[in-house]
This record gives sequence, structure tokens and C-alpha cells, in this order.
Amino acid sequence: MPHAKTLYEKIWDAHVVDPGDGETSLIYIDRHIIHEVTTPQAFEGLKLAGRKVRRPEAVIAVPDHNVPTKDRDKPIEDPQSAAQVAMLKEKCAEYGIEHIEMNDIRQGIVHVIGPEQGITQPGITLVCGDSHTATHGAFGALAFGIGTSEVEHCLATQTLQLKKSKTMKVEVVGEPGPWLTAKDIILAIIAHIGTSGGTGHVIEFFGPAITGLTMEGRMTLCNMAIEAGARAGLIAPDEKTFEYLQDKPRAPQGVHWNAAMAHWSTLKSDPDATFDKVAVVDVADIPPLVTWGTSPEDVAPITGTVPHPDDFANPSKQDAARKALDYLGLEAGMNIQDIKIDRAFIGSCTNSRIEDMRAAAVIARGRKVAPNVIEALVVPGSGLVKAQAEREGLDKIFTEAGFEWREPGCSMCLAMNADRVGPKERCASTSNRNFVGRQGPDARTHLMSPAMAAAAAIAGHLADVRDYPPIPPVQEAA
Amino acid sequence: MEPFKTITSKAVPFNRRNVDTDIIMPSEFLKSLSREGLGVGAFKALRYLEDGSPNPDSEFNNPAYEGAQILLAGPNIGCGSSREHAAWGIKDMGFKVIIAASFADIFYSNCFKNGIVTVILPEAQVEALMEDVKEGAEISVDLEAQTVQRPNQEVFHFDYEPFKRHALLNGLDEIGITLQKAGALDEFEKQQSQKLPWLYGAA
Ligand code: SF4
Repeated sequence: MPHAKTLYEKIWDAHVVDPGDGETSLIYIDRHIIHEVTTPQAFEGLKLAGRKVRRPEAVIAVPDHNVPTKDRDKPIEDPQSAAQVAMLKEKCAEYGIEHIEMNDIRQGIVHVIGPEQGITQPGITLVCGDSHTATHGAFGALAFGIGTSEVEHCLATQTLQLKKSKTMKVEVVGEPGPWLTAKDIILAIIAHIGTSGGTGHVIEFFGPAITGLTMEGRMTLCNMAIEAGARAGLIAPDEKTFEYLQDKPRAPQGVHWNAAMAHWSTLKSDPDATFDKVAVVDVADIPPLVTWGTSPEDVAPITGTVPHPDDFANPSKQDAARKALDYLGLEAGMNIQDIKIDRAFIGSCTNSRIEDMRAAAVIARGRKVAPNVIEALVVPGSGLVKAQAEREGLDKIFTEAGFEWREPGCSMCLAMNADRVGPKERCASTSNRNFVGRQGPDARTHLMSPAMAAAAAIAGHLADVRDYPPIPPVQEAA
Repeated sequence: MEPFKTITSKAVPFNRRNVDTDIIMPSEFLKSLSREGLGVGAFKALRYLEDGSPNPDSEFNNPAYEGAQILLAGPNIGCGSSREHAAWGIKDMGFKVIIAASFADIFYSNCFKNGIVTVILPEAQVEALMEDVKEGAEISVDLEAQTVQRPNQEVFHFDYEPFKRHALLNGLDEIGITLQKAGALDEFEKQQSQKLPWLYGAA
């Protein structure tokens, strides 16, 4: 009997080019997505060494991190951003890599366009010079972020020298209540296992609350596996996965579709496979969640209060909590819902897909952004998401409520373009990181789901989405 | 890459947990097209005051640690973003070794690619070293022997992945090592393209 394997082990074993010394192996990479920020030095390295790109057709490029989200008809104002975007295009032409231009309707955030184009497929290995590559694990692909030297290595060889990760099973139990989204579930998981709980591991998610998620929800969940320290997140592919991929441009077609489905159906952990680590997270009856600190593990229920640093057992955690409260300008013990905000951001590779747009629009419809909110941005994850949302009239709902409707990109998630949170300003954000300075120097970030961010924008403070029941659309006279 | 054998140097005790790569290298420095010169941006919010002058409270500006080539860090250093700029910045500041109880995965690998030796020791030992170096005392790191020597001559042992250790000790270029496996690589692609032709553009 061959020994039982986890999904991770199956994908790993199918990609070993050379087992090496048994600890570090040479692993084949099927797909590589590149963007403008973490590639210039990789191309520079290739050039210096006189090396070629081994399989340009396995690579796709799109600018996303520092593209502007408005006035796309004008040249990019920031000369450094413009130089990076121009360099990506130029290098792709030189090496024969397909490049999606900023003004192409398919342009968007790397982790939104991969699945949308059908590049992301079950069982493949996929890398990108961005840590949230974990997103693609929602399809049962082994996908992880790499640094620029690895981008260079992968361009030159279509492989990486990798150390095998340990495996971790995260089982989500309990029936989630209303408005408990994939974002809340992953925040609950990170709060439970900590930001280094998954370090050295690849997490596979299990449980009815996971299989019950749409593909969009699964992407949100796997996206933030990295925030739990994991190299990658995985969800075994199922009918929903196949259905999502069926009409995607780069998904297998014709006779290959059936062969691919047959192959994909084998991609699950064997029932008796063992994991190096197991965690069980109960999501029954938990209220929607937000973060109060500067680490994604600093999670509180929206109905709760800001914790006291002394509540933490470990002195260094107490110290970290004190620093976080100081940075965020919060008082221990205050009600979470009394935290006033200055900005709201609905977007990023975590929450910028069509389902996220719809969830935020349901709350925004028939309401107005609070006067104390300087700016409430909605940034769709790709041109295709944007077009779909516009077909559904979501853009009008947002703009009528006082939100800004922008062009796709990373935007305020990391403050590389003009969209940023000012010093000491506070933002209700659907992105994935509340780190010090992440959304701009001295910016204060609270992470939450799109519906919760919309509710916060309407309320002017962190708010419980369950207190904002959808207002039915006004019926047009027949 | 320069081969690494041993180093004896002062060390900066940087005792914070979960230091993310946004702290190590803020996004404003990611617009660079080169690997060089990023030291100025490293730990910017900690090293400089709002007016741009050096923050006297920062460990990095303490004259006792001037010229330090070893960084003693808290657990889970380098979590967050995959930006290699974090490793480039630390290298540009003059650090050749980072010692911590744990490293975030991508950061760990990025350090290796840039010849920075990443030593993992139990938290208590890292804390002992942080005490040791407070007055500017030197410690030694020997990658060949896999040891860190305290000022009182006591020695801590550490494990190191053989592949990475070999590459670091010999200053090898990783892409060069991989390209020697071209035969295995061709064979892998041949087999995979028969099994999963749709990954090779078959329509
Ligand atoms: S949206 Fe944010 S996290 Fe996602 S790829 Fe862009 S910068 Fe990275």
C-alpha cells in the first residue's frame, strides 16, 4: 500500500525535478505571474548573467501595484512608478512574455487576474513575487509568494530550489451566522493560531464552512493564509472549482477539459493522511470581526471592546499591544463601535471580486457615506470585475451613496500609488495587512469584510453590518 | 556571491516580535529599479524622527553598536510581504548575519539569496545574546562549525539546511547550480507535457 498523502504532498511529488539532498529539492513551476514592482531587479540579474527566460509562455505579466486608479488616459504622474510600469512592458517584449497593458480590460491585481484568465488551475504550482499568491490555493493549486531572486531563478529555469513545507490541517466547524464572510472566517483563524501559527507549513482548509464558500470566498480565505505565517493555503478542488474554470480563456478546452477534470478530481488529501499540525476553529455564533491593532492576529468582535494590554499573558505581547494601541490612538476598554474612521477602502486582492462588490453595494444602497469620512474608495480587482459590476449597476449605487468608483489595482492596500491614508488618519479597510505604515506613513488600519467596511463608511465609525439591513431598491414605475 | 565562513562583530539587539517587512522596508522604497542603496530606507520609521534626523532612541543609532554586522532580532522576523527589498536594505546597512528564534519563510529565503546568514536559536539563547552585546561586546558566528560564540566563550549550536550552508560557504550562484540539472528539467517537461498537454498550450 502506498502511504496516504495530503494534497500538498501529492502536488509536491508531481513536481519534483530533482530530489536533491532530500531536504531541498528542485521543484517545477507550472505558472508564473509577474508585476512591475518585484521584477526589475530580476530582469537586471538575467541580463547581467546573459540568461534567457526558459518558458516565456508559462509567464504572464500585469502592472498592478503602483498604477493609478483614476485618470488612466494621462501618463502616470510619479516618475518612478512610470519607470517600473514601462520597464515591465519593455522587458516582456524583449523576452517574449505576454503583458497585459494598464488600459486592457483584463488588467487587474495579479491574484484576481490569474483565476479570471484560467491561468490558475487545480494541481499546478504557481508563483508570483507577491506574498498573497496564496490566494490561488483556493483552486487546489500549490501557490506561494517568492522574492525577486526567486523570480529571476524561476524565469531562468522554470523551477525553484525549495525546502518541503510541513503540513497543517485547519478544520473550521460550526455554522456561520448572517454576514459572517470568508474574511471573518480567516480573521478568526488567524486570531486562533497567531501570525506565526502556520510558519513553515502549508495549510489545508477543511469543513462545511469552507466547502460552503463560493470560489470568491475561498480566494479571500486562502489569500490571508500568509497572514497566519503559512507559505500557502489549499482547498481541494470540487464541482464549484470546475464550474468557475469552465469558460475561462486559458482553462483547458474540448477533449482536454474532460481529461483535466478527471485529473483534478484526484486532487484531495487521502482520508487517512496525517498532518504535522492540526487546528480546529469554531465559527458558530461569532459576530463579524475587525482588527484593533497592528497585526492581523489582533482581532476583536464588532460587538466587543478594545483589549487591555495586561489581558495578554506574555510580557512581550503586552508590550506589542501597548505599542499598537498607541499607534492606533485607541484607549483600552473602549467600545469597538465607538472608533471613528476617516476613510474606507473596499478593494485589494483579498476583497475586490464581484461578490465583494455586491456585498458592499447591498449595504451602500439607499444610504450615504457619513460626513466625517473624507474618502470612501471602491477599487475593483480587475477591469473585468469593474465591467461586470457596472453591468449590474453597482457603480451607480456606490457613487450615489458618496463612494468613489475607481480603476483596478492594488491602490490603498499598500500606498504605492496616489491612494493612501494620511498620517494619523483611520481607515476601515478590506485589505489584508494592518501593519504600521502599510496604508501610508502613520496610517491607522482596521481590517474587515467588504460589507463591514461599507457599514463603517455609512456610520462614520466601525459598525456592525447586521444593524444595517439592506434597503430594497426603489421600484421604477412600470 | 562572497563565500561566508566566520564573522566576529558587534551586534544590534533589536528585540521586537513579528517585525514585518513593511517596517523593514516601507513601500515608498519599492519603486527602485536596482538592488543597491536601499540601506537608507531600512527601518525608516524607527531610525529617523519626523524631521528626518536620526532617532536617538533607536538601537540602530546607538554608537555602542556602530559597525555591527550581526542583527539580533525577535521571533518571526520578516513576516508579511515578499519584498526582497527588505533583505537588500538590511544587507546594505552592513549586516551579514541575522540571529532570531524564528524567521518568516519568504524573508528567510530572501536573506539566503543575498548571502545573509540566518541563524535560528532558541528564544532564551537569543535573549542571552541580546544581553551580552548591550555594551558593544562582540560575538562570533561560524557557519562551518554551526556555532555562535558568546563573549564569555560559551558556544551555542545551530542547525542549517545543508544545501543553503553549502551554497553560502562556497559563495555559489543558485541559478548556476540549477542549470546544471538541465537534463532532468528537459525530461520532466517532456513527461508532463504528455500527461497534462493543456499546460503546454494544446488546444
Ligand atoms: S492588493 Fe495588496 S496584498 Fe494584494 S497584491 Fe496588491 S499590494 Fe499585494
